[in-house]
Amino acid sequence: MTAYIIRRMLYAIPILIGVNLLTFTLFFVVNSPDEVARLHLGDKYTTPEQVAAWKQEHGYDKPLLYNPDAAGLDRLADTIFYTKSVRLFVFDFGNSDSGRNIGHDIRQRMWPSLAIAVPSLLLGLLLNATLALMLAFFRASYLDVGGVVLCVVLMSISSLFYIIGGQYLVGKLLQLVPISGYDTGFEAAKFLVLPVIISVIYGIGSGTRWYRTLFLEEISKDYVRTARAKGLSEQWVLFRHVLRNALIPILTGVVVILPLLFMGSLITESFFGIPGLGSYTIDAIQRQDFSIVRAMVFLGTVLYILGLLLTDISYTLADPRIRLR
Amino acid sequence: MWVVLLTDFFLYLLLAGVALYVGFVLRTPHLRHAWRSVMTRRGGAVSVVVLGFFAAIAVLDSVHFHPRLEQPGTQVAYSNEILSVFDVLVGPLRTQVERTYSAPFAYHAHSKETRETPEGRVRVYPRLEFGGAHLANPEQDRSRDIALRVLRGMLLGAGVWGILALGLWQLRRWRGRTPRAPEEAAIPWRSVAVTMLLILMLIGVVTQLAGAYHVFGTDKVGEDVLYQTLKSIRTGVLIGTLTTLIMLPFAIALGITAGYYRGWVDDLIQYIYITLNSIPGVLLIAAAILSLHVYLSAHAEAYASLAERADLRLLFLCMILGLTSWTGLCRLLRGESLKLREHEYIQAAVAFGVSGPRILLRHILPNVMHIVLITVVLDFSGLVLAEAVLSYVDIGVDPSMNSWGNMINSARLEMSREPPVWWSLMASFVFMFALVLFANLLSDAVRDAFDPRVKR
Repeated sequence: MTAYIIRRMLYAIPILIGVNLLTFTLFFVVNSPDEVARLHLGDKYTTPEQVAAWKQEHGYDKPLLYNPDAAGLDRLADTIFYTKSVRLFVFDFGNSDSGRNIGHDIRQRMWPSLAIAVPSLLLGLLLNATLALMLAFFRASYLDVGGVVLCVVLMSISSLFYIIGGQYLVGKLLQLVPISGYDTGFEAAKFLVLPVIISVIYGIGSGTRWYRTLFLEEISKDYVRTARAKGLSEQWVLFRHVLRNALIPILTGVVVILPLLFMGSLITESFFGIPGLGSYTIDAIQRQDFSIVRAMVFLGTVLYILGLLLTDISYTLADPRIRLR
Repeated sequence: MWVVLLTDFFLYLLLAGVALYVGFVLRTPHLRHAWRSVMTRRGGAVSVVVLGFFAAIAVLDSVHFHPRLEQPGTQVAYSNEILSVFDVLVGPLRTQVERTYSAPFAYHAHSKETRETPEGRVRVYPRLEFGGAHLANPEQDRSRDIALRVLRGMLLGAGVWGILALGLWQLRRWRGRTPRAPEEAAIPWRSVAVTMLLILMLIGVVTQLAGAYHVFGTDKVGEDVLYQTLKSIRTGVLIGTLTTLIMLPFAIALGITAGYYRGWVDDLIQYIYITLNSIPGVLLIAAAILSLHVYLSAHAEAYASLAERADLRLLFLCMILGLTSWTGLCRLLRGESLKLREHEYIQAAVAFGVSGPRILLRHILPNVMHIVLITVVLDFSGLVLAEAVLSYVDIGVDPSMNSWGNMINSARLEMSREPPVWWSLMASFVFMFALVLFANLLSDAVRDAFDPRVKR
């Protein structure tokens, strides 16, 4: 097991190098730092001196890959590639284009993201599994057919409409909770209720339908027939046998997104004005702050790979038939 | 003077491809059977009809030209503006522009304005320039006028439907009935006919109303919202289809090559797609679009018009979306061809000395096509939804382009006005929902018909 985990972590290294090279190419080779500087200073009427000053201030005044003016190892180290890309491997994200420390911002902003993502995930999981189990229990009845149709309808609505509609209905018409904003400590709860509820409702359509398929797949297996043949009641079969076995794919599906919960949800956070990592990313995209976007791409990749590793491990824990070698 | 934008070209290419595929399906018995079973499902048949109308609008909106300028003399001059055939068809919708917001079916503006009258200054709702302008006494006449127009539109739609149905029925009788094989289920013609009738009546009603009213109101700069949402259909359909068109060659070629050859080829291809797949999709799209921003602003003078620039950005967005979404299909195809290469008929082909590329083309490719088809149809609705979210984050289509995402983006803050301006959201919601819902229904039907794992 330990050997497996270590090997999997070694596999991650070439992938991270690939991602790093890709983002480096996108941000520095396709567009030279000069063009980025001009974009930030405004398109026209920028003098070369202004561009040079901007580049120096943000540390872009170095050669891309190889610095012939430096001595020794600095020939490689005193370059944009080393200072901006290689440093990501030790989670040194550097400063954003507006001069703030990205690592500090990330550590501060991940908590609001988690405060929304974790409750939505848990509530959604519970609700979807319950609904799906109900549809599976009444399978092939009008309730089941109607439920599946409703799921497809819910799936066909854009997430934007859930948020706008929810904000308008609950926040503006009923005035139950504030429309947007955030607070520290337990005061934050009233700002979190609506985003969590909306995230859960948004997930019902696809989640319930997917879990229902999983349940129905389990129900058609032989051991279920055996259980019924033993004379067990349908409820007992569903809860003791089907639910337990169908939970394996459900839980492993959840595990893969666990690390990514840190990243938050772009749309929800920005609509509700929650200072999490999702709105951080959106702000960076809209301000065209390349340093932050680069840092978030790298962080997201690391978390995704971590999620895959956790998935594999959780398979062995949930299902003893699977052995990792 | 006709213009072919880049996305137009790809759409024509796609249409040609679809035409070829239809021809191929008609000649191939098992594909014909599978498609017939798509059509025998009520959801499948109805969504084919509805999506057909959406596609027709998108295609009409993709035939572009520079309109000729009205000029005295023999010299022919063309406007710099690019219009489409669809713009000409909906004529008044495009040209009847008010000054600012007005509600659906309104005859006066949304907010009061100060007017100078002989009695002094008064705050009044100014009458609209076009919406309800033909009514002398709008307070009393409007509902009667609307009801009359609705009735006339419904009759018109029903009339067109009747002529069409009669024509088809005659054609069928004239061609002679081909007896249906007893094991095949009937196509639900009645549902198809009812859907057609409803859509044609809807079109009739809208054409009758749209000339005299703004059915979905007008937006901030007074543009008709119905026109905007109809124009957005092209953007949505293009994003849903071009993205898959662009990614398909890569996904298919890499997927089946990796699965068939295994060894270092497989390792390399797996490395490429795992790397791309590890980057969260939105962030990769954001990174690429930001690079494009910089590139476009550095080379702004290279593009003749705003429309061409927006078009290039749309195409680029499709490419990036394709880049992030091909990995799933590639993985599926690799797994399937890993399985297929162990079958006896492949081994027989190898034993006969058939070359690798030929085996891929002749034996592997046809046997994975059902996966490709299911993925293409399944991805469509997700891509349409993704466009709205991306445009909201400012990394979607060009802000000057009509799209549902842009409509939502510009309308969402207007909900906090008093009274709220809800019609832009409503219009984009209705159309987007219809497109995505029927695409989802079709993809269910297609999956049921083509996926061998689904038990029938």
